Amino acid sequence: MLQIMEGSHAVAEAAKLCRPEVVSAYPITPQTHIVERLAEMVADGELDAEYMCVESELSALSVCLGASATGSRVYSATSSQGLMLMAEVVFNVAGMRQPIVMSIVNRALGAPLSIWNDQQDSISLRDSGWFQLYGEDVQEMTDQHFIAYKAAEQHDVLLPGFVCFDGFILSHTYEPVDIPTQEEIDAFLPPYVPYNKLDAKAPLSMGMYATPDYYMEFRYETDQAMKRAGDAISAAGREFGEMFGRDYSAHTESYRMDDADVAFVALGSICGTVKDAIDEMRADGIKAGLVKIRTFRPFPAEEIAQALAGVPKVAVLEKNISVGSAMKGAVGPEVKDAVTGTGIDVYSYVIGLGGRDIRKKDIRAVAALAEKGVGNMFYGLRTEVL
Amino acid sequence: MALRIGCAAEPGRAQNNKTGSWRVFMPVVDMEKCTLCGTCILICPETSVSEKDGNILFDLDFCKGCGVCARECPGDAITMIQEEK
Repeated sequence: MLQIMEGSHAVAEAAKLCRPEVVSAYPITPQTHIVERLAEMVADGELDAEYMCVESELSALSVCLGASATGSRVYSATSSQGLMLMAEVVFNVAGMRQPIVMSIVNRALGAPLSIWNDQQDSISLRDSGWFQLYGEDVQEMTDQHFIAYKAAEQHDVLLPGFVCFDGFILSHTYEPVDIPTQEEIDAFLPPYVPYNKLDAKAPLSMGMYATPDYYMEFRYETDQAMKRAGDAISAAGREFGEMFGRDYSAHTESYRMDDADVAFVALGSICGTVKDAIDEMRADGIKAGLVKIRTFRPFPAEEIAQALAGVPKVAVLEKNISVGSAMKGAVGPEVKDAVTGTGIDVYSYVIGLGGRDIRKKDIRAVAALAEKGVGNMFYGLRTEVL
Repeated sequence: MALRIGCAAEPGRAQNNKTGSWRVFMPVVDMEKCTLCGTCILICPETSVSEKDGNILFDLDFCKGCGVCARECPGDAITMIQEEK
C-alpha cells in the first residue's frame, strides 16, 4: 500500500522490518530522523531490539561490531563527519567479515563545515570492503535495505554494506512509498544465521594479528567476497522483484540509451533531474541518455561497458572530488577503465558539492561540454568569488 | 594454516607468539626484600610472573620487559636491568 512518508521515516520502517537485534547510532544531521524514529519504536515496544546510546560514532560502530560478532543482526546509520569518526571501525567490520548494514545519509565533509548534500563521505570509504548501494528515490533506498541484509548475510559473502542516499534531497523529502508488511519481509529475509560467533562455550577471537606471511591473503579473500557480493545483490534484487514487483537485479539502470550520442553516468537523486533533462534534450533533437549506478561497490564494470557500448561521449556527474586526481572525480576513472580500448571518451564533472543545486540547464550544459570534448573539471564554479 | 573467515582464531594462539624477544630490560627480584605479597603476579599484563616454593619466577618467553612489576612492587624488590643478548 502506498503511503506518503518522509524518506528518513521510510528507512526507519525498513530497518525495523529487517528485525535488527541491536541498533547503535549517534545522531548527526541529516541522519537524525532515522535513529530518532528507531529509538521511538524501541521505546514504544514496536521493535524488539537493544538500542544502545553511545557518546560518539566511533563507539556506535564499535558496539555494532561487537554485537554482530555475537551473532546478532545489527543496524546503524550515519552521515559525513560521523562516518569519518567511524572510519577505523569501518575497515575492521569488513576485515572481520561482519554483515552489518548501515544507512549513509550523504553529506559533504568539512572543512569548511557543511550540513548539505554531496557524496564525499561514502565515496571516500570506497576501499573499505563494504558494498555500496545508492538510491535514486525514497522507494529505491527503502527497498535497498532489505536487499542489503539479504546479500550481506550470505555465507559466501559475509560483508557489510552501505545503503547511501542523498541528505535532505531524499532523507527529508516526502514521497509516496510502498512499505512491505512484516510477513512479506519475514518471507524475503529469514533470521540471520551467523557463520561463526563469539560464544563463551566455544571461545573465539576475531580479526587476529596477521603477520606479513598472511595479511595479503586476508585482503584477497575480502576482495573475492566482494566479487560474490555483486552476484548476491543481483540475486536478492531479482527475488525482491518477483515478490514485490520492483526488480533490482541489475547494478545499473539505463534510461533512453538507445542511439544516444552522449551518455551521463550518475549516482543517487541527481538521476531524477538528469532523466527530466534528457526528455527535454531528446525533444530538442539532442540524443542523450543516462546510466545510473545503483551498486558502486562492487563496481559493475562489465554492465557499464555494455550499457555504454557505441556511445561516443560519456559525462560522469560527480558529487565528490578526489583532490589532486587527474579526472577530479572518483567515479570517472572507473567508468573510463570499464570502457578502455573502445574509443569512448569519458569525462568527469564535479558538480553539486556541499549542496549546490543542480538544475536541468546544468545537465544540458554538461552535455554540451562533453560533446566538445571539454571535461575533467568543476562545473558551475562562481568565478566571481575566486 | 588455512585462512579463517574474518581472521578468527581459537584461544591459546598467542602462546605460539613468544613476545619475550621484544624485551630490552629484564626484571630481577631481590628475594631479601621480597615479601611474596603477589602484587607483581597480579599486575603483570602478560601473566608471566609466578611464585614457586617461595621464589618469584619470570617467564622470559613472554615477559616484554615493560617494567610494571618493578614500578608497582611495594618493597622495591624488583629492578629492571639491561639484558645482554
